[in-house]
This record gives sequence, C-alpha cells and structure tokens, in this order.
Amino acid sequence: MSRETRDRLVYAAVWLACLAPLLWLVWRGYNGELGANPIEKVIRQLGVWGLRLLIVGLAVTPAARLLKMPRLIRFRRTIGLFAFTYVLLHLSTYIGVDQFFNWTAIGKDIVKRPYITIGMAAFVLLVPLTVTSTNWAIRKLGPVKWRKLHRLIYLIVPAGVVHYFLLVKADTRPPLIYGAIVAVLLGWRVWEWARKRKPAPKAAA
Amino acid sequence: MLIRHGGDLTENDVTPQGVYLRRREFMTGVAGAGLALAAGPASAVALKGAPSRYSTDEKKTPREDVTGYNNFYEFGLDKEDPARNAGKLKVAPWTVKIDGACNKPGTYDLADFLRGNPLQERIYRLRCVEGWSMVIPWLGVPLADLLKRYEPTSKARYVAFETLYRPAEMPGQRRPVLEWPYREGLRIDEAMNPLAIMAVGLYGETLPNQNGAPMRLVVPWKYGFKSIKSVTRISFVEKQPRTAWNVSAPREYGFYSNVNPEVDHPRWSQASERRIGEFRRRETLMFNGYGEQVASLYRGMDLKKNF
Repeated sequence: MSRETRDRLVYAAVWLACLAPLLWLVWRGYNGELGANPIEKVIRQLGVWGLRLLIVGLAVTPAARLLKMPRLIRFRRTIGLFAFTYVLLHLSTYIGVDQFFNWTAIGKDIVKRPYITIGMAAFVLLVPLTVTSTNWAIRKLGPVKWRKLHRLIYLIVPAGVVHYFLLVKADTRPPLIYGAIVAVLLGWRVWEWARKRKPAPKAAA
Repeated sequence: MLIRHGGDLTENDVTPQGVYLRRREFMTGVAGAGLALAAGPASAVALKGAPSRYSTDEKKTPREDVTGYNNFYEFGLDKEDPARNAGKLKVAPWTVKIDGACNKPGTYDLADFLRGNPLQERIYRLRCVEGWSMVIPWLGVPLADLLKRYEPTSKARYVAFETLYRPAEMPGQRRPVLEWPYREGLRIDEAMNPLAIMAVGLYGETLPNQNGAPMRLVVPWKYGFKSIKSVTRISFVEKQPRTAWNVSAPREYGFYSNVNPEVDHPRWSQASERRIGEFRRRETLMFNGYGEQVASLYRGMDLKKNF
C-alpha cells in the first residue's frame, strides 16, 4: 500500500469516527429510540460529543509529541471542525427546538444562568477559530498570530467542562472526569513551556 | 376539615386492597418458586379505583413513558436505569413503620396499613424540578385517611417519610449520590390536604417497581422529588425533617419545593416545562395548577424564601 493510499484511509477513518456519534444519534432518532424526552437527549448527546471532540483535539499535540508521530497534527483541524459542528448543532437544537426561538427566554437564560452564559461564551470564542481554520486564513494571519489566536482553545475547553458541570443535578462524576483529563492536557503544556524556558534563562530584557 | 368525595362508583366496583395485596403476594410467591412467570410486569395486578373530582382531564402521558422515564436514583442516575434495574427489588412482604408523635406507633404489614381504604383514581399532573412534566393516572388512597388512624398528637407538626434502604437490591445506593435512605417530609397540614395521596398503582395496575412500588407518596403541587417512592417508614415529628435533596443542595432544593414558575432554580428557569410527548414547551402553572386546593396552606408566607 502506498503511503498516499494509507494516508487517505487513515483520514477517512478519522472522518468516520468523528461522524459516527451523529449518525448513531440520527439512526436512533429515526427508529424512535431516543426515549420519552428526545429533545433533551439530543441536546445532551450533541453537547457531550462536542466536548469530547474538543478534548480529543486538545490531546493531538501531546500525543504527536509523546508518541513521536508528528504527522498526527494534520488531524487536528478535522477534529476541531467536527467539534465545532457538534457544538453548533447542540446550540441550534437548544435555540430552535428546545426554546423554539423564544428569544426573550433565551436572552434571560444567557444573562441569568451561569452555565448558559459560559456555554455561550465558549461558543462565541470557537467561531473565530473555525473561521481561521483554512490554509488561506493561516497564511493571511501568519503563523505567530494564528497560533496566538488559537490558544483561545485553552479557555474554551475548560469553559465547556464548567458548562457541563453546572448543569448536572447530582452526578458530577462525568464532568469531573472530563475536567481531570483537560487538566492533564493543559498541565502538560504548562510543563513543556516551563521546561523549554529553563535551560536558557533570559538576560534582563 | 376534610371533605370526602366518593365519585360515581360504589365500593363494590373497587378492588379491595386486601384482596389485591394477597394476590400480589401470591403471584410474587409463585414467581419466586421458579415457575414461568417473569419477575416485573407479569406480577402486576389489575386495580380499579373510583374516579375523583381532583383528576385532570388532560391527555395522559403514555404508559411506556411513565414507566420508562424515571428519576429513582436508588436504581441509577439515567432516566432509563430504574426500568432496567428495579426488577430485583422485593416488594412483598412489605412493612411500614409508624413512629414519633402518635398514639398508635408500630410496624404494620402493607395490607394492614391500607386496609379499609377504597382506592381512588387520581389523574394528576407531575412536574419534575428538571423542567419536564407528565399526566399520570394514579391509583391510591388519601394520605390523610391513612395517617389519622395512628392518632398523631399535637406535637406532630410534620410528617417524615423514608424509602427502603437495601443496597443489595437497589444498586444506586452503593454510591453516595444522595444521603441514603432517601427522605422526604411534609408539614402536617400539607400531608392532610386532600390532594396528597399514597399511590399503590398507575394505569389500572399495581405500581411497577421503577415508579415506587409498592407504595409511594404523590403530592402533585410540589416538584416530583417530594413524592417519595417505596415508602417504608412514616414518622410524626415536631421539627422540620431532613429531606434528601435539601441536605444535598440546600440552596437549590427547599423543604417546600412547591411548583412555582416565579421562583427559579438557582441554575435554571422554572417558568416553562416540556410535557413529555409534546414538542413546544408550555408555561408552568403556580402550584402546578393546584392553587385552588393548596394556595391557602401558604397564605402569608414568602414563597421566595420558603422555596
């Protein structure tokens, strides 16, 4: 198998893996298997998968580094864009189906409910990252600016975890598990950053 | 003052609870003996209750949703968990312990506890604190009729209820998600309100385990979690009792927990709800639409403070 074919196959597999939860949800909906409160279930599932993919996206760089597989990085964009897709569907279902475009109620929710305020903020911050995901945008911004902008993800993913944590009634275990994973992934970056700084202590600037 | 409303059926039309309870025991006994009777639904027994003027004529939530979408953390945290896991619970024999400020404390067999009280059908709205609702045809007995028999004294200012604690049969109790056993409570005048019932059935049959078999409280003007399931102890007490959700998050779940669209849960709005099976949300009604019967209980009280 040529390297090119293999790359294509791996790429297709990543695509399919990202798409699978959505297809599964649609399939279960089509078969009426979403239970007594399907709207709630769809919103919850879309949100959880959006968060999971964001976390996977956050894991790509450490994985590429630790496994010494730098080519993994090329999947980061795909995963990130899928994460955005899930988050967008999650938000759209809340606005268009759950609240049925009741903008007054939605506005009140955003102002009064910290979990919705935080979730909405995380979504708004995700938009520029999505918009600047094209090669053209990267070139236009230049790698330094682009990288700086995309550090917003370090804020967005924890916000997603907090958003989840604040809405559960009693079982805080799942959001805490996600929180712990995110803490490790961000902790690794802090550690890397500190390690790189150490050997060459800066002279007074 | 208690006003009793008989309805149109005579007592002869109603299944005497002694009979159905004996049948229930018989049938569970048979199932236990290993005959080809499946545990759960097969042991359900048909019940009939006299209609009540307190029933709503709204469209009933389908039985499969009433019995398949439950919050009963003793059997797991997902809505589908109780229906999956509650089959193991042994509901016969069942005793109810009565204690505290009353003249006739003791431990009573369920059949004795219910004896002499004809069943009524009460079709009630149920509003969950999470923002969804159902309409459920319960079969039960007014709580007041049951409680008076034990002659509560003047010190009985509250009634405390407890659910069974049996981790071997209730897998959810192996994790301290809430303080077990689950506890609930009412002020004595709330408990004596004619809307408050002890339900033993729904949709013309004995309660499925996931709905709180063999006997549960139903207080339709309060959020669903006040309607404690699988009740095994009732205490007449002088001080406001501990209640599971209040202990777990006192800022979020008050002792009263009356349905109130104007008092939001600290984290989400209570102004609207989704009726299971409906697409659009509907406005939540004060006291879940039972203000006529219960608003007088709270006259002069600040319901924002006493949420």
